[in-house]
Amino acid sequence: MDKNEIRELMRFFDKSEITKLKIKEGDFTIELQKGFESGVTYTSAPVISAPVAQHAAPVQPSVVSSSAEIASPATQAGISIKSPMVGTFYKAASPGSEPFAKIGSVIKKGQPIAIIEAMKIMNEIEAEFDCRILEILAEDGQPVEFDMPLYAVEKL
Amino acid sequence: MKIEKILVANRGEIALRAIRTIKEMGKKAIAVYSVADKDALYLQHADASICIGGAKSSESYLSIPAIISAAEISGCDAIFPGYGFLSENQTFVEICKHHNIKFIGPSVDSMVLMSDKSKAKEVMKKAGVPVILGSEGALDSVEEAKKLAEQIGLPVIVKASAGGGGRGMRVVEKMEDLEKSFLAAESEALSAFGDGTLYMEKYIKNPRHIEVQVIGDSFGNVVHVGERDCSMQRRHQKLIEESPAIALDEKTRARLLDIAVKATKFIGYENAGTFEFLLDADKNFYFMEMNTRLQVEHCVSEMVSGIDIIEWMIRVAEGEKLFDQSKIVLKGHSIECRITAEDPVKFIPSPGKITKYIVPGGRNVRMDSHAYQGYSVPPHYDSMIGKLVVWGEDRTRAIAKMKQALSELQIEGIKTVRDFHLNMMDNTDFIENKFDTNYLSRY
Repeated sequence: MDKNEIRELMRFFDKSEITKLKIKEGDFTIELQKGFESGVTYTSAPVISAPVAQHAAPVQPSVVSSSAEIASPATQAGISIKSPMVGTFYKAASPGSEPFAKIGSVIKKGQPIAIIEAMKIMNEIEAEFDCRILEILAEDGQPVEFDMPLYAVEKL
Repeated sequence: MKIEKILVANRGEIALRAIRTIKEMGKKAIAVYSVADKDALYLQHADASICIGGAKSSESYLSIPAIISAAEISGCDAIFPGYGFLSENQTFVEICKHHNIKFIGPSVDSMVLMSDKSKAKEVMKKAGVPVILGSEGALDSVEEAKKLAEQIGLPVIVKASAGGGGRGMRVVEKMEDLEKSFLAAESEALSAFGDGTLYMEKYIKNPRHIEVQVIGDSFGNVVHVGERDCSMQRRHQKLIEESPAIALDEKTRARLLDIAVKATKFIGYENAGTFEFLLDADKNFYFMEMNTRLQVEHCVSEMVSGIDIIEWMIRVAEGEKLFDQSKIVLKGHSIECRITAEDPVKFIPSPGKITKYIVPGGRNVRMDSHAYQGYSVPPHYDSMIGKLVVWGEDRTRAIAKMKQALSELQIEGIKTVRDFHLNMMDNTDFIENKFDTNYLSRY
């Protein structure tokens, strides 16, 4: 499939009522998805700079060669890891150290994924299932609410 | 200390009530909510709102870490607790202090002093407040209870020290029932409050419930905002409250208010609080307990005094000096009807979606409510959806006004107790003020 064909496909997909499309031709795979939403809505507080609640990405094309092991985005729409408490989000165990997760990281169940500081206590948040990180939805040091999505993930 | 931003650690009508005053005072109000309240419209009136946890109170409105954390991430310098939830939680007050957040309410010491009902009675006795004859502190055994009951005479009531809401409580009319009632109250108290400690009092048959609103500042000044009559109760739940209490003659009223102010000064109490008394048929009053928080029915005191009690709670918390008692002129008569989402006959809770909501208006009519058309009353919390409050030149006019206001009130989709109140406004005993706290159990 060449670029023009992909573009044509995207236009068709955008107008259609299909939300997910996967085409496999030999070594070539293309996957399209739209209306990728976190499935969670919440009142975002004006003083608290909340992240974008809904990912308004109408079409997310990705061209992947099946021989290479590159992350494919959002095979399962709307899965996210949410904050289990209100507090401050940190993406690494301490300032300057490696973040728990990057886009594309594979996280095992029970592996720490974030720190939420509440009442001066650093609470380590663990992944509840094996997953791959698709998007980091909260900024380091950002105040987060209960149930707010922190990472968009793909369940493995 | 000037307070800039206040976290309202409550929900529903009292959260909205507090947000209004906070914003009127030019301060910032931060609301918190559980997932069950996420669509409530009153949240939009706050300067910001933060989701603090799940629908269960224990995961949200009762979660100290969630509320403190919400106050910290939003930069609040004070917390307004309202009533219920964490408003009388001593640990919470202590933690607020640790985190340099001003708790808008009394000190931990005052709370500790008044929370244990038998200890509170001892202190009040020392302050010169009439207390009901009974045990000096906790009862150690059934034998001790029997001896005491013989001394003070039947009927007596055994109550849980840690109790409230009518649980862990038994009236004993006959000596042979004492042991059974004692053990029943003990196990009930143990399961309800985790503390089976009991005390005993002389039981006053068919008393009136009269309470005094007080406010203290950090300089030791105390004012009262008159008294309220909350005798119209169902299973210890207040339904109708009034101010003034017309069951009192002028002399008794003056003595009651004076004693409440003196007692407040005696314990060095700061912020708003309420002394609850029982009034017997011979116009003797006895201290029952002190509520170290704002009460649901504070509105009737606001209507007759013209002061905003929440405003003064915030001002004394900021270290401001109270006004002089002579500044409070109590005028006319105010009545409050609690509007709950309950069946008006059987009082069975009726949560659900409100499909029609029309509130009354007009001169001296006040509806404190967070409800609206399309609002779903969640099943997780208290069934109160609002308070209808009126003021009239005298009690007769106030009753007439309440009757009119209730007939204008239209709530559909859920059941409410409106019709109970409408009937009450036509009830001869209510109109003639011939009722007591047990009236509805005989009704």
